[in-house]
Amino acid sequence: MTAKEPIWIMRELSRCSGCRMCEIACSLHHEGKIWPEASRVRVFMLVPGADFPHLCTQCHDYPCVEACPVEALSVEKLTSAVLVDREKCTSCMSCISACPGRIPFLHPGDKKATICNLCGGDPECAKICQEGNWDVLRVVERTKEHSYKLYARRPEEVTRELVKIIYGERGKELI
Amino acid sequence: MRGYAGKFGDIDLSTGKIKETRFGDEVLRQYLGGRGLATKILWDELGARWETVDPLGPENILTVFTGPLTGYYPGGRMCISGKSPLTLGVVGSTVAGEHSIDMRCAGYDGLIIREKAEKPVYILVTDGQIEIRDASHVWGKDRVETYRTLTREGIEELERRSPGTREWREPSILHIGPAGERMSRVTAVQTKWTHGAGYGGYGALMGSKNLKAILFKGMGPLPEAYDMVRTRELLREVTRARFKDDAMRRWGTGSAGYDVGARLSSEPVRNWQDEWHDEKSFGVDKFEERVWVKRYMGDFGCPTTCLKLAVVSSGPFKGSISDNPDYEIQAYGGTNLGIFEPEGNVHICSVMEDLGFCGIQVGNVIGFAAELFQRGILTEKDLGFKLKWGDADAFVRLMRMIAERKGVGDILAEGTHRAALKLGEMKGRDLTKYAVVEKGHGIGAHGVRSRLDYVEELSYPCSVQGGDHTSPAQRDLRKGDSELTAMLYDTGVFCWFNAELDYVWDFLQAVTGWPITRDEWYGNMALRILDIQRALLLFGGPDITWKPIDDDDIPARWYEPLPSGPKAGRAVDPKVLVEDRQKYFEDVGWDERGIPKSSELKRLGLQDVDKKLRRFLR
Repeated sequence: MTAKEPIWIMRELSRCSGCRMCEIACSLHHEGKIWPEASRVRVFMLVPGADFPHLCTQCHDYPCVEACPVEALSVEKLTSAVLVDREKCTSCMSCISACPGRIPFLHPGDKKATICNLCGGDPECAKICQEGNWDVLRVVERTKEHSYKLYARRPEEVTRELVKIIYGERGKELI
Repeated sequence: MRGYAGKFGDIDLSTGKIKETRFGDEVLRQYLGGRGLATKILWDELGARWETVDPLGPENILTVFTGPLTGYYPGGRMCISGKSPLTLGVVGSTVAGEHSIDMRCAGYDGLIIREKAEKPVYILVTDGQIEIRDASHVWGKDRVETYRTLTREGIEELERRSPGTREWREPSILHIGPAGERMSRVTAVQTKWTHGAGYGGYGALMGSKNLKAILFKGMGPLPEAYDMVRTRELLREVTRARFKDDAMRRWGTGSAGYDVGARLSSEPVRNWQDEWHDEKSFGVDKFEERVWVKRYMGDFGCPTTCLKLAVVSSGPFKGSISDNPDYEIQAYGGTNLGIFEPEGNVHICSVMEDLGFCGIQVGNVIGFAAELFQRGILTEKDLGFKLKWGDADAFVRLMRMIAERKGVGDILAEGTHRAALKLGEMKGRDLTKYAVVEKGHGIGAHGVRSRLDYVEELSYPCSVQGGDHTSPAQRDLRKGDSELTAMLYDTGVFCWFNAELDYVWDFLQAVTGWPITRDEWYGNMALRILDIQRALLLFGGPDITWKPIDDDDIPARWYEPLPSGPKAGRAVDPKVLVEDRQKYFEDVGWDERGIPKSSELKRLGLQDVDKKLRRFLR
């Protein structure tokens, strides 16, 4: 299946069980292997219980694409995903620094920039998360009226918010 | 060799020397990993002098093993072993978490940890590299502080090695709490905040080695499977099957705190003086609505996510954090102490985890102490306070005394069996009749008197892991909950709760490429592991030696009739136990005293075990 319109992976971070089935689905799809650190979606657990998936949100202004000095990054019009041309990528890490959430990373195998490509419009991570009824990741239509960039946040920042929801007043002393 | 990283880290903590050990195809093909391989290695290295090895002395070996299915079969786990400070045999004690995956992705199948570090240390395992690092600054710290400090240090080290390449995730961690550091035998090897490998008492073993924690981060893929196409198909099938288990997914074992008592009448109530209750205040609905802040919680690759996160948000126990609690700790941190409400139960569980206890073992020993108080054997003078059923604050006080080894706490820290002997000596009377233990090991929260639960009269007496409810002997050797099957989970290494027996054999073949069948497992492989475990359990020592038959008995309490409930008046019939035990011994190839037969040991290629057994028994 491919998308007929731009999509977004909606996220409900505080529901994440930490099962990492998304990482298995992602790495099997892209690598043919179970490879957690090569998965385009990575679950962070800086505080136990406050697990959450960290993945590209497709900012409207694509700072990573803008920052790439060799034009290795581009936007797939149909889905809105960022695509990486691995031949062109020089592993300079500019995209990582440019991302407000430091979401791209160098692949542990070929050391090239690695970013979620929305699986061509049918993301595996959201499929398994829905099938398992966790409902943390869900594919929705991408509208023009929302600030998706808000979701490009560094893991520490996300964790700081999540512990408040999960652990209440005690949250701040746990991080 | 497929399904394996191929090497084990072999670490000497006294010299700091680290080498790589590889096992041949034949050894791995026979013993796979986890509990099986640990048993084999412990026998090879320590078997000849087993009865003289102090489990808390530097000569004991701590094994931290995965298995070929870890990470492939849904719900990977790590198996911790060594000579058990509780049973003095080998216990395969498993715990879920990303540590098992990270270790394999870092290129190791396991760690063999020897001797004792001079000062507190932790071990950092990364891709092809093992480092011993100072842990003085986290010695004495609880789960929160230990997790925060060490995972941050791990992240800093990873960033230092490969700067800017990514936002680093926390390394996964196994650690011990303050009670483990002080070598209390009722302690767990913990992970995250709420999990532990509790059985066996291996928190004490880590403490005896001055080993506070082990951190793991692997950047590679899982070791290559023999047939990845088939492995992926099987992964789909098992995942689909697990998704259908709605009850387990929704409530985990958290519904059992009420259910096992009210329906099965096999839950410990006030140190097993009863096994029935109908306390609806302890129903899972109360847990769901009052303390569960997360409805699904799980570890790497688990489709079931049976754990839930519990936080107390108001009242005297505000700020307490635990998982569900799962059934065992609902029982041992709840009903067994006369506590029948979620907040008190979560609080007890939270403190157990702060201090680094195994919830079952410490719940067993503090329940035992409370019965002694009830009977006027332990007094306010002995304890410094009243230890009344249902008083969560008093039980917390007692657990702190155990963790600090203060007063009576120092005796209780040795576990129920040893405490019963010591206190009995001090009080001049037999207290072992109040100790609900099997071969030094507090019994899991499933009683046999009602015979409505899955365990049978022979389950604990015949188990090679003592009172371990996750490894019970069963008359039907091939049942899904029999010891020989549980051994597959502990050896694989994966979670019992995700076991779909229609698929596991195919899974094992797809990942390893070895033609291991159901018959091969039950007919040879499992028996080989069982026989070595039984032999080592009988060697025991140095403080206690278990006598065949005499010690292959149930706790005295279970010969007393159940006082209430649907099976009131029922007790274990000794004749049933004797008959079932004899039959079981025959079925697994043991003689009438439960000694593995020479002919059987020879058939399995265990001539050396046979030789030592005959010499030892003379």
